Amino acid sequence: MKILELVGLSKEFGELVAVNDIDLVIEEGEIRGLIGPNGSGKTTLFNLISGFIRPTKGKVIWQGHDITGKSPHTITKKGLARTFQLTTLLKERTALQNVVMACHLHTEMGLFEQFLRRGGAPEKEKKVERKAMAILEAMGIAHVQGEIAGELPHGYQRALGIAIALASDPKLLLLDEPVTGMNPVETRDMMERIKKLRDSGVTILLVEHDMKAVMGTCEKITAMNFGKKIGEGLPEEISKNKDVIEAYLGA
Amino acid sequence: MKNRGNLTKPLALAVLLLFLILLPLFVRGYWLDVLILLTINVILVVSFRLVTTMGGWNFAHIAMMGVGAYTSALLTTKYLDWPFWLTLPLGGLVAAFVALAISYPCLRTKGFYFFLSTFAAGEAMRQVWIRFQFFGGKYGICPIIHPNPILGIEFVRAVPNYYLALVITLLSVFIFYRLDKSRIGDTVKAINSDEELCEAMGINTWGYKALVFVVASFFAGIAGVLLVHYNGLINAEAFSVAYCYKIITATIIGGAATFVGPIIGLVVMTGVTEIFRDLLEWVPLIYGVFIIGVLLFLPDGLVTLPRRMSPLIKKIQMIGKGIAR
Repeated sequence: MKILELVGLSKEFGELVAVNDIDLVIEEGEIRGLIGPNGSGKTTLFNLISGFIRPTKGKVIWQGHDITGKSPHTITKKGLARTFQLTTLLKERTALQNVVMACHLHTEMGLFEQFLRRGGAPEKEKKVERKAMAILEAMGIAHVQGEIAGELPHGYQRALGIAIALASDPKLLLLDEPVTGMNPVETRDMMERIKKLRDSGVTILLVEHDMKAVMGTCEKITAMNFGKKIGEGLPEEISKNKDVIEAYLGA
Repeated sequence: MKNRGNLTKPLALAVLLLFLILLPLFVRGYWLDVLILLTINVILVVSFRLVTTMGGWNFAHIAMMGVGAYTSALLTTKYLDWPFWLTLPLGGLVAAFVALAISYPCLRTKGFYFFLSTFAAGEAMRQVWIRFQFFGGKYGICPIIHPNPILGIEFVRAVPNYYLALVITLLSVFIFYRLDKSRIGDTVKAINSDEELCEAMGINTWGYKALVFVVASFFAGIAGVLLVHYNGLINAEAFSVAYCYKIITATIIGGAATFVGPIIGLVVMTGVTEIFRDLLEWVPLIYGVFIIGVLLFLPDGLVTLPRRMSPLIKKIQMIGKGIAR
């Protein structure tokens, strides 16, 4: 079943065409890799899909519904979550507090209950905390739940970023460079966790530069350059694709 | 902070409440007037502070006060004779609606630009009140009725007005305190920390910002109604930029990071203004020096004074112990 479909998606910033007529189909249950050199439009594509930028042309179709141009929070609500390339966290709060805030959509509290909180809905708050702890455990960072997010080591911060995205119970997760800056051990660990996420029912679309990680994890890979799709297929096919090799010379 | 039994806080609050209730026994005349105005300003300052937690320095806050005030003045005195008790909440509601309307252009802006756009909106309103005779123009509206008698209480003299202002202020403070400590307050602060991330989390950031802006403006409107019915007159000059500066200064001096900071800032600034009132020409200088002093030595506001004094107090305690031995 097609979970995400991009039809003729384009984004122009004045003269610059960042994303050029992209057609893409993601099937439910896939782990799809999106590769391309820096500046090829991958993050812009993510921003278009998740609603942070409006496309100049084209459509974003989510589970059969047109979500083009909808606001990011609406899209997250529909089950499409993303992480950010630069580690985006609530830096002054603890890891647990970050995920608790990210559980916003699932607190089961109406606005008035949110006003009461202490004394108003303590059971629901506890439920949210338990859920948050479970997510932290799934990402292997439960042991640092009380640490200030901004002070966590880089690898844990990236993991926390994913934990935050998971809090909204997404059906599709857009991961923007999840293992950048990690050593081979951390990378392998993270990719294993990502595979586990897929096995638990979350479709994955990930952008990454670490070729070993991408080839070893993704079942299908889409390659971009200069905003256009230059190749799509199984990892073995992509690694032999002339255009891809040229684009990545020395990756 | 240090050793707090479970009873300390509620006890302290009870004492404070008693103090506030008994004040009119000791305070009369001019000083009672100062006190009433101070009480009304507390509403302004706690509502203003809420908007700062989302990162907004709202320069239209006093204009919202004016919206509430004019609504009530027009309905009770100039064109109709509706009772005060109806126009009090109505003034708040009209201010809330106006805030909702200007939130569309203003909430798009951030930081300094939000400050500018709210300033523009506020000034536009003020000019409308001055230019159009519908609002009484340059001279405003005078006299305005005092609150209608209720339960046998008349509001012609100062003391009943004080208690009226006190009740409403205590209610407002309670509401804003609870709001600040609630999940809503938490969410608003998270939005201030990283709005994009909150959007990605599924939080309707515009909705929360608008909520905060509208609620704060509602209470500013209420404060406006209280003010003009106490003073017995309304004039666009009263809702000036200078008044806004006063509220902003109180918030910064007291410390916008805590709930109680701005209230302390307001009390201290009012104290400074009044103590040196006789020195007329010197007041702006003293005021200015005081502000600069606080910003230099206590940049996070007066509310951090105990924390800063803590090492000094510890030293004194050590010396005291040394002497005792």
